Amino acid sequence: MEKVTEDMIKHVANLSRLEFDDAELSKFTSQMGDIINMAHQLAEVDTEGVPETVQVVDRDTTFREDVPAKPTDRDVMMKNVPEKANGFIKVPVIIDKDDND
Amino acid sequence: MNFKSTIGFEVHFELKTKSKIFSPSPVTYGAKPNTATNVIDWGYPGVLPTVNKEVYRLGIMVALATHSTVSPVTHFDRKNYYYPDSPKAYQITQFFQPLAHDGYVEIEVGGKKKRIGIHEMHIEEDAGKNTHGTNGFSYVDLNRQGVPLLEVVSEPDIETPEEGYAYLEKLRKIVQFTGASDVKMEEGSMRVDTNISIRPAGQKELGTKVEMKNLNSFDHVRRSLAYEEKRQEQVLLSGGRVQMSTRRFDEATGKTVLERVKEGDADYRYFPEPDIAPYHIKQEWIDEIAAGLPKSAEARFDQYVNEFGIKPYDANVLLQTKESSDFFDRAVAAGADPTLAANWMNTQVNGYLNDHRVELADIKLTPENLAKMIKLIKDGTISSKIAKKVFAETVENGTDPKEFVEAKGMVQLSDESVLAPMVKEVVDNNPQSVEDFKNGKDRAIGFLVGQIMKQTRGKANPVVVNKLLNKELQSR
Repeated sequence: MEKVTEDMIKHVANLSRLEFDDAELSKFTSQMGDIINMAHQLAEVDTEGVPETVQVVDRDTTFREDVPAKPTDRDVMMKNVPEKANGFIKVPVIIDKDDND
Repeated sequence: MNFKSTIGFEVHFELKTKSKIFSPSPVTYGAKPNTATNVIDWGYPGVLPTVNKEVYRLGIMVALATHSTVSPVTHFDRKNYYYPDSPKAYQITQFFQPLAHDGYVEIEVGGKKKRIGIHEMHIEEDAGKNTHGTNGFSYVDLNRQGVPLLEVVSEPDIETPEEGYAYLEKLRKIVQFTGASDVKMEEGSMRVDTNISIRPAGQKELGTKVEMKNLNSFDHVRRSLAYEEKRQEQVLLSGGRVQMSTRRFDEATGKTVLERVKEGDADYRYFPEPDIAPYHIKQEWIDEIAAGLPKSAEARFDQYVNEFGIKPYDANVLLQTKESSDFFDRAVAAGADPTLAANWMNTQVNGYLNDHRVELADIKLTPENLAKMIKLIKDGTISSKIAKKVFAETVENGTDPKEFVEAKGMVQLSDESVLAPMVKEVVDNNPQSVEDFKNGKDRAIGFLVGQIMKQTRGKANPVVVNKLLNKELQSR
């Protein structure tokens, strides 16, 4: 099994737009390692000959007919929006960041 | 050194549904910001997406129209990325089991036919719209969040910008005539991303790809690809290496400009969408959709030219939109002469649409009324001059042409027993014209026809009047 490294945590944090200081980074690296280890216990189950699946329910999804419903009022939808302007959600400009930025 | 180009396309089509792909909120265009959404679109905790059946149906139509293989089992996946226009911080798309794969479209460039492979096509949700302000803030409108998209990914079979242009034209026409999408680039219902790499002739492995996203028009696509071919060639010839990057086309200079450098592929951490069970597409459903697939533009062109005898140019004008072609087909089905119908569609109807900046769906003219009017012209009931008045009435008010013509007494006078005495009288009253006619002045006839028209208030059939006048004058 691949070991969880600080670089991995940095990368995932960056993808999730999170910033950690050094103390947090080392704490989360070891915690994340523990979590992955726990999940890896599943690897002990013998799955030889068992087909791969992406679902645990043995049925297809149920389609919805293409009938539009009344949308929810903007005032209601915007109640949890911290900052708004002219009916828009106002957010800081986000510029795509790469790992090496 | 000779170089070979490899061009690829990712084309997004907005599928024409009434509600969104995973929520019942309405699909709108140009609505006020954030007025066409609900909690599912906003990704509130505890909500569940439900799949719109129509999205599958329209997607399968495009798959069939491009000779693609529809996957028997499909499921959705999450593509994870953080951006303000994506409230869930993931897009629901199809990554592992796309809707269809291995199709093709046939293009023709310089008289040479070529098949361009379609690698796969999948359905997914659109994101909201982010408008960047100049003050360090962006403004998010989530109306577009959840609008269904079909993404069509080409195989790297395209070798020149001209082939790329032809591919886009063909793909647009195919999708347009399934009726699955409005395919309007200016409204974003068709969006084009392209990529191009070059390599020295003879080299097997492909060069480094440069991407260009959201190009405004097919012409920009062609020009930006042509520019990139040259630019990358110069980079390689001067001993440099092409950077994996995204560039944008600058319309003013006709050049491409570096937008950002990419180091490796983006890390989207795809995984199967746990909120939506897979869907098995049954062959019976595919067969049913295939049976109802509208006729392709190619088949219609063939019918218009070879069966109806319409000129290829006029046929292409009719085929500019599915709406106009459908309208024409219905007029012909209602008994209109195809050539006359094509002429009226391409001149009077299109002229009216352009003058009033409206579309066929917005006007009161029906294919049935157009057919009725054309029948009245064809059987000589009305002259083409009167027809213009009838057209103006039926296009404005939806009036039945036959009833209108009868009510207004516009029926063309072709009855010789009525016209002959009039002709005789006019000739009797205009001895000078008879003299002129005998002296070989053809204008004399025109004058006399005018007199008859005046008397009948334009209703006399000019062909019959001319014939009778000639006969009468010869006899003097």
